[in-house]
Amino acid sequence: MLNALTSYLGSPVTPGQAGNQLWALIYVLIIFAGVSIAVMAMNWLERKALAHFQIRLGPMRVGPHGLLQPIADALKLMLKEDIIPSEADKTVFWIAPLIGLVAAFTVYTVIPFGPSQAVSDMNIGILFMLGVSSLGVLGIVTAGWASNSHYPLIGALRSSAQMVSYEVAMGLAVVSAILMTSLNTAGTGTLSMIGIVQAQQQQGVWFLFKFFPLGFVAFIIFAIAMVAETNRAPFDLAEAESELTAGFHTEYSGLRWSLFMLAEYAAMIAVSAIAVTLWLGGWMRPFPNLLNAPAWEFVFSLFPGLTFAALAGFAFLGTARMPSHSFFRIQRIGLGVFALLLAFLALVLFVIAIAGRNTDTSLAAHTREGIDYVYWFMLKVAIFMYLFIWYRATWPRYRFDQLMKIGWKVMLPISLGVLILTAIVGVLIP
Amino acid sequence: MTDQTTKDGALTKERKDLQNLPDAASYVKGTKLDSSHHDLAHLDLDAPEHPYLDSNELIINMGPQHPATHGVLRVILKLDGEKVLGTECVIGYLHRGVEKIAENRTYTMFNPYVDRMDYVAAVSNGLGYCQAVEKLLNVEAPPRANYIRVILTELNRIASHQLWLGTHALDIGAMTPLFYTFRDREEILKIFEKYCGARLTTHAFRIGGCLYETYAGFEKEVKNFLKFVAPKIDEYETLLTTNRIWLERTKNVGTISAADAIALGVTGPVLRASGVKWDIRKAIPYANYSDFDFEIPIGENGDTYDRYLVRMVEMRQSLRIIEQAVNGIPEGPIMAKVPKVIKPAPGEIYHSIEAPKGELGYFIVSDGSTQPYRLRVRPPSFVNLQALDVMVRGMLVADVVAVIGTLDIVLGEVDR
Amino acid sequence: MNPALNVGSAPVGTPYFFYGLAAAAVISGLLVITRRNAVHSALSLIVTLLSVAGLYLMLYAPFVAGVQIIVYAGGIMVLFLFVIMLVNIDRASKERQFNRIWPVGLLASCALLALFLGAFSKGRALLPERATQLPEGINTQQVAALLYGEAGRMGQYTFAFEIASLLLLVAILGAVIMTKKKI
Repeated sequence: MLNALTSYLGSPVTPGQAGNQLWALIYVLIIFAGVSIAVMAMNWLERKALAHFQIRLGPMRVGPHGLLQPIADALKLMLKEDIIPSEADKTVFWIAPLIGLVAAFTVYTVIPFGPSQAVSDMNIGILFMLGVSSLGVLGIVTAGWASNSHYPLIGALRSSAQMVSYEVAMGLAVVSAILMTSLNTAGTGTLSMIGIVQAQQQQGVWFLFKFFPLGFVAFIIFAIAMVAETNRAPFDLAEAESELTAGFHTEYSGLRWSLFMLAEYAAMIAVSAIAVTLWLGGWMRPFPNLLNAPAWEFVFSLFPGLTFAALAGFAFLGTARMPSHSFFRIQRIGLGVFALLLAFLALVLFVIAIAGRNTDTSLAAHTREGIDYVYWFMLKVAIFMYLFIWYRATWPRYRFDQLMKIGWKVMLPISLGVLILTAIVGVLIP
Repeated sequence: MTDQTTKDGALTKERKDLQNLPDAASYVKGTKLDSSHHDLAHLDLDAPEHPYLDSNELIINMGPQHPATHGVLRVILKLDGEKVLGTECVIGYLHRGVEKIAENRTYTMFNPYVDRMDYVAAVSNGLGYCQAVEKLLNVEAPPRANYIRVILTELNRIASHQLWLGTHALDIGAMTPLFYTFRDREEILKIFEKYCGARLTTHAFRIGGCLYETYAGFEKEVKNFLKFVAPKIDEYETLLTTNRIWLERTKNVGTISAADAIALGVTGPVLRASGVKWDIRKAIPYANYSDFDFEIPIGENGDTYDRYLVRMVEMRQSLRIIEQAVNGIPEGPIMAKVPKVIKPAPGEIYHSIEAPKGELGYFIVSDGSTQPYRLRVRPPSFVNLQALDVMVRGMLVADVVAVIGTLDIVLGEVDR
Repeated sequence: MNPALNVGSAPVGTPYFFYGLAAAAVISGLLVITRRNAVHSALSLIVTLLSVAGLYLMLYAPFVAGVQIIVYAGGIMVLFLFVIMLVNIDRASKERQFNRIWPVGLLASCALLALFLGAFSKGRALLPERATQLPEGINTQQVAALLYGEAGRMGQYTFAFEIASLLLLVAILGAVIMTKKKI
């Protein structure tokens, strides 16, 4: 049993590659649960971070520091009355959020959390991701149509026009990153997500810094396009409250609306994962070549434990600072329990890091490696999530014609230029 | 505007305050902003109704309940696709009959009513009214009262501009400046509360001067406030002034030329942003404003960005005025000799001040009794709202919201 | 390297996937032509295209499948939906579903079916039973070689590819010029 576990954890290929359905199913379930939890955490983080940007506190009552607020929101949305407009097309109204949700979640089958930690490493991985995220547009279009109301339809058409426009620039930026994968010794590039990160590993440089500033500009183009792709600020005209045309999800209430939000956050995490994989080295820790002594390996493998220890420290601090009034007793206890949980997780991570510090084929070593890969990947994606929230808090929103102008007249030429320059430089520099 | 001929010659004789008025148009004569026509014909505002819409034209209603219309304002837009062809504002949702009420109240009783008109800048309303009645009575408030009045009015100006900035930025999509400006506005409201007991509808002044002496620590608190708020204004500027998205949303949006602004009667920061250097505090000084040294900012293009810049500079200039005032409050009485029962002689008076939103004027006709015969308020927001139609023609729908915000209208004033 | 895993084993459940995808394609194809509501037709067409993409995957052509999803389902069908939603279709949905000359249509489709059956039986003789089982990895490279050429030579279809892209450019320009009120 332990042998089987070791072999699975230490396998050099993904379950899809190995043809192992059980393990692939387990990975799928883990990803499904993980993304759902991540979306809830993202909801909480957005409300708290946005509030702190605006010098207020955000949710504080539902659970200590609002930690149970996403659960309360989900419960409330599920219990709300399900209103369907009388003239709406019921079938299409019902499947519209499902299309968006399926498109957002299917992308996760190819996201590489590690060199073998993915559900399946399709060799057209990046193509698959771009294609499936372009299917998300259909969800929005059908949602606007099914509402049978003038304003949601116009809002939906605007949203989808915006998404389609920025997909072009996104695709070209992605292509210039793919070009860089072909600059290795074998001479052939790859479209598979794991292959892209391995190409960065082999060439010893994150594609962000390759042929500086070409990789950097391509990354910036992608970073802007992905914000527009997910309809987030500053490109959120189609769903802003103070504009005349309300968003495509106006007529949706309760659980259906929450499905849209789930799809939106999942899409945000997915495109951030693409950005991290293509330019930021995926699951690789910082400075794998520069600081490659085993001592450095050990230090970097302590980071997951340190992160959770820091989070536990913040939680303990919150517990200590809570007012000692009897009204806050339950919250204090709750936050204390949460802090203890985080501390326990930190302890477990430290134990794994220490037990598996040699790179042998023991269970501990494989576990440590797996955890490290996943941790660095998630850390980079988390940085992007925070950036999404930061953008929303800081900037006003673009008018729709300005938005389209930027997508077609600024992003597209720049990404074309970067592509051509990358190709030229890639050929000239051996 | 000044050569109004009336059939009743007696009326013109009474209007001493209108005799030597500087001509607003004279400020642009000879400059590049001067235009040959000062009439409104070219604006085509009274065009006959076109009952048949073109195939692309659409009439959309931005209802009285709307998150972006700063109160209960209804705007009917005629659109060609996304472009605005014309607008019509339907107002009156907040009409409370204030002017009619005034005919049945004594002058002192009416004082609290004026705060409720422009409820954002209540102190200025009170200043205008008290000064108008004082003019009618031919009394002058003592200098100490005037200094206190100036300090509170300029604090009020900053508070009003801060509220404008927060809501305007929110309409354009920047959510955060709202919270920052409201946090800083709290300090001003605390000073008001300590002075007269109220934050919003202050009723700070009385006819003839001020009722309340400055409280202990007033000067210190005001000076602390000056130190506190100057870096905050820098903070707002850092967030917005050079932000490319802000620039794209506000530059060349809602432009109005100086000639059109003068012809429509627009006053205040809107007029100044179009390039006309007209500020009543400098042109017809009242309440010892001539003692202070400050500048009038003017803009170049008359677009939303210039109005934003003008109001930001005005905030800083208000800080200058407050500093000079608080450093030199003279000693003396705070109330002039005003009879217990205010019964002004028959006559009429028009007095206007520079409220944060523009020229706020009071036209009072007295028939010798304790209650005014007619009290007419010239609200700046009402007159400025006329410019909405001119500013928004040819703009896109998303700009209408920005332009309504930049005009800084308060519906309490528009409807009274 | 672990013997516990068998890397590169045969795919699982192929007949079920094939029948499922084929059924989905056929049924949604039928829905496309029988639905009264144009939006329903368009959505059924999307299901058809996605099923065909799945069939491409089963033929070891993942690149073509990916491009099918991106271009057809994600681009062209979105465009179709835009047009359908912007144009008033109420009048169309009240019309007769099938016109009066359906026997001619039936005859034409029977002729097409006969053609397909003939091609299938002839082709069975020409191609061996288990046709080239290409490894999954080289579909992209092969398509690239055909389109862009390799090893310094022009590909077989490079010229046609470039001409087709030029044709698309001309079509885009024409559409823009025809629809703008003033340039």
